[in-house]
Amino acid sequence: MSHHLQNLVLKIWRQTGPNDAGHFESYRIDDISDEASFLEMLDVLNERLIADGKEAIVFDHDCREGICGTCSLMINGQAHGPQKGTATCQLHMRTFRSGDEIVVEPWRATAFPIIKDLMVDRAAFDRIIEAGGFITADTGGAPDANLIPVPKPVADAAMDAAECIGCGACVAACPNGAANLFTSAKIAHLNLLPQGQAERYSRVEAMVDTMDQYFGSCTNHGECEAACPKGISIDFIAMMNQDYRKAKFKNRKALART
Amino acid sequence: MTDTLTPPAVAADPKLQSKIPAGPVAEKWDAYKGSMKLVNPNNKRKFRIIVVGSGLAGASAAATLGELGYQVDVFTFHDSPRRAHSIAAQGGINAAKNYKGDGDSIYRLFYDTIKGGDFRAREGNVYRLAQVSVDIIDQMVAQGVPFAREYGGLLDNRSFGGAQVSRTFYARGQTGQQLLLGAYQQLARQIGLGNVRLFNRTELVDTVVIDGRCAGIVTRDLMTGEVASHAAHAVVLCTGGYGNVFFLSTNAMACNVTAAWRAHQRGAYFANPCYTQIHPTCIPQADDTQSKLTLMSESLRNDGRVWVPKNPDESRAADQIPEDERDYYLERLYPSFGNLAPRDISSRAAKRAVDSGRGVGPLKNGVYLDFAAAIGRLGFDTVWERYSNLFEMYERITGEDPTKVPMRIYPASHYTMGGLWVDYELMTTIPGLYAAGEANFSDHGANRLGASALMQGLADGYFVLPYTIGNYLAGLLNKPIPGTDHPDFAAAEQAARDRFARYVSTKGSRSPDWFHRELGKIIWDYCGMERTEEGLNKALGELPALYEEFQRDLRVTGDGASLNQTLEKAGRVDDFFQLGMLMCRDALERRESCGGHFRAEYQDEEGEAQRDDEHFAHVAAWEWTGDPMHATRHQEELEFEAIHLAKRSYK
Repeated sequence: MSHHLQNLVLKIWRQTGPNDAGHFESYRIDDISDEASFLEMLDVLNERLIADGKEAIVFDHDCREGICGTCSLMINGQAHGPQKGTATCQLHMRTFRSGDEIVVEPWRATAFPIIKDLMVDRAAFDRIIEAGGFITADTGGAPDANLIPVPKPVADAAMDAAECIGCGACVAACPNGAANLFTSAKIAHLNLLPQGQAERYSRVEAMVDTMDQYFGSCTNHGECEAACPKGISIDFIAMMNQDYRKAKFKNRKALART
Repeated sequence: MTDTLTPPAVAADPKLQSKIPAGPVAEKWDAYKGSMKLVNPNNKRKFRIIVVGSGLAGASAAATLGELGYQVDVFTFHDSPRRAHSIAAQGGINAAKNYKGDGDSIYRLFYDTIKGGDFRAREGNVYRLAQVSVDIIDQMVAQGVPFAREYGGLLDNRSFGGAQVSRTFYARGQTGQQLLLGAYQQLARQIGLGNVRLFNRTELVDTVVIDGRCAGIVTRDLMTGEVASHAAHAVVLCTGGYGNVFFLSTNAMACNVTAAWRAHQRGAYFANPCYTQIHPTCIPQADDTQSKLTLMSESLRNDGRVWVPKNPDESRAADQIPEDERDYYLERLYPSFGNLAPRDISSRAAKRAVDSGRGVGPLKNGVYLDFAAAIGRLGFDTVWERYSNLFEMYERITGEDPTKVPMRIYPASHYTMGGLWVDYELMTTIPGLYAAGEANFSDHGANRLGASALMQGLADGYFVLPYTIGNYLAGLLNKPIPGTDHPDFAAAEQAARDRFARYVSTKGSRSPDWFHRELGKIIWDYCGMERTEEGLNKALGELPALYEEFQRDLRVTGDGASLNQTLEKAGRVDDFFQLGMLMCRDALERRESCGGHFRAEYQDEEGEAQRDDEHFAHVAAWEWTGDPMHATRHQEELEFEAIHLAKRSYK
């Protein structure tokens, strides 16, 4: 049987636009079912705000089943809140107790400017993918799928990396605002597979260089892995660094020949 | 009111030309490709194509059109194309590769899809879908989609509902995610190369038709509220289905019917809106604040046993209820398929169990899916290995461990087979306006088989539309098209601004979500899993009244000149109201049961759906006349040349 949480105090970041300074506002809320998800609790608060004639709190969300990567939120200083391996949309109120104070903030990173309230702009992730996060294979020219055998352990490792949902929790959790976990996951996914070998070194160089234009540097804190709702391993960062070093040598040699 | 409920006149409509090529079904697509007009590579850059939506259909179409050399603009209301709801598909994608050597073929996939759709889809379209399914797998593997592999490195397959062969390719429980990321990456490459322009956080608010041809779209920038026009030679809507009309569904929160509905209002016929799919295994609603429902993969029914207590007043915990006081109703009613009965049949059986007062859980709104027998037979480790992802997800959401307490499940709105009417070329009844993926109606008839949505989205976007659109564009070569300075664009922009201003200025007392919930309850109660003439008439009485209240009593806080999610929602709910009325009218007029459309009046003595092929072997295509309650129903007769109509039995 569900029971209801009382006397929750929410301190929520409100900011009217990118150029506004922003501030915390406190809301007290009662009668929240512990079956509700965290975002459903915010829905209830928003309905109340609308009833009071106030603007609803803006936050990003969509699939609410932990796969689209749209939702975000720093909850009590933790990206996606206190439950490990769980995106905010699958965090439920049974994690909290009556009387709790809950601080809700947007992702904080220079590369993710705040749009409004709890919503940020993560377009820099798209720029990294556009720089090289693909295999060039125009529609129509592909050979039969079974002509390219992929050993199961390789396919599994590529899949481990490919599970990244692009939410940005890794960046938000990083004290440097680095995007190495996100970038390395995509690079590892494609660089591990036989189909990805042709562009392996141009890919890593283009993507890392684009990443560096927007994001801070990695200093091996490991906060990203701890915050990742999909448990992406920082081993992929090591792999990215290795490929990047090799790429710099190879691409320098290629330059010397021209 | 009564005049709207009499059967509308049936008119043979010259617009409903399916353009299916003549000849044997297996040769139609080749015949089409051999005779269609082409656009020379150097001329492609002279054409601008707008693609709305960036899911599987939209991303694959935009990327491919960009590769071909067209100027492409792609629009999404998300922050990134990678967020589209194709991403949430779990199970897999079908293809007639016959890698298992178990007797699969293009014809068999074609036949299974027609039968699964209860003989309400076009043969020509479905055969083509089965043909190009094999190319999809090749394309996605070349792009690096990490499909599951055998130890030898070859691709693995699994079986799925409605088929007797293993033809489903999968990537763990996240096939939709991996396919969408593949298509997104290909699109991102075209964006990086400058062949495709991306407009993110931008929503379509109108389509513009000038001189009988689609001339472009009007959009609203969700960040600034700015309304703007975009002219093009052709527009492709890949904007998904309308399952969120039920409020509670497995769709993402932002999924909506607005683009399709605006096209409908500008002249595109809307086909078979009553064909909606209710998926049997979702987590039941837990309380009144629930915002969406989460699917649990159908694969769980391989080892889970579905039951409810025999006694409606049962109050004991599940494990305290003795075997002889349990009703394993699927095993009882469908002995040969048992717990693996198809989606529509399992859904209705669950509804009947709950309606008889024997539902389980705190709200008595679910049925048990019990793994105790499987754990006893196979051991805990084996069962855990098969389903641990799903068990963990279930526990995250409900707080219950399904290896100790039986899972609770209940059906939920999941997919819509109806959509914009399109011909063989995926063109709507508006020349130059195309619809692909779930947004069109074409391939799944009255019921979609599992693992076929991903297949259709990618088939349309990769291998159908890029061919057929050239056949239209070739005729426009070197002809001027109206620009955004045309007065019809200005008028559409003004209409959109007025509409959003009206939502803000109504200043009533109820939020868009409140109205959406109320709308959803009516649609779910009367146009959900089981429909009756009486119930549909009741809905058609209640909906206009509630819609009138929406227009009078809506409250949107904030303004239209900056990001305002409440305002966005108001526009979407407005369109859902109108679509909901059309859905109920379509369900009322289709006086038969077929696939996902079950009319209680039309069932056999065993309670199974009873089709009426003599009167209803047709597509119902609705024409907008200014009000959904007065839309005109047209018919496209379905011709079956390769397949004989048969009763769809899974007993």
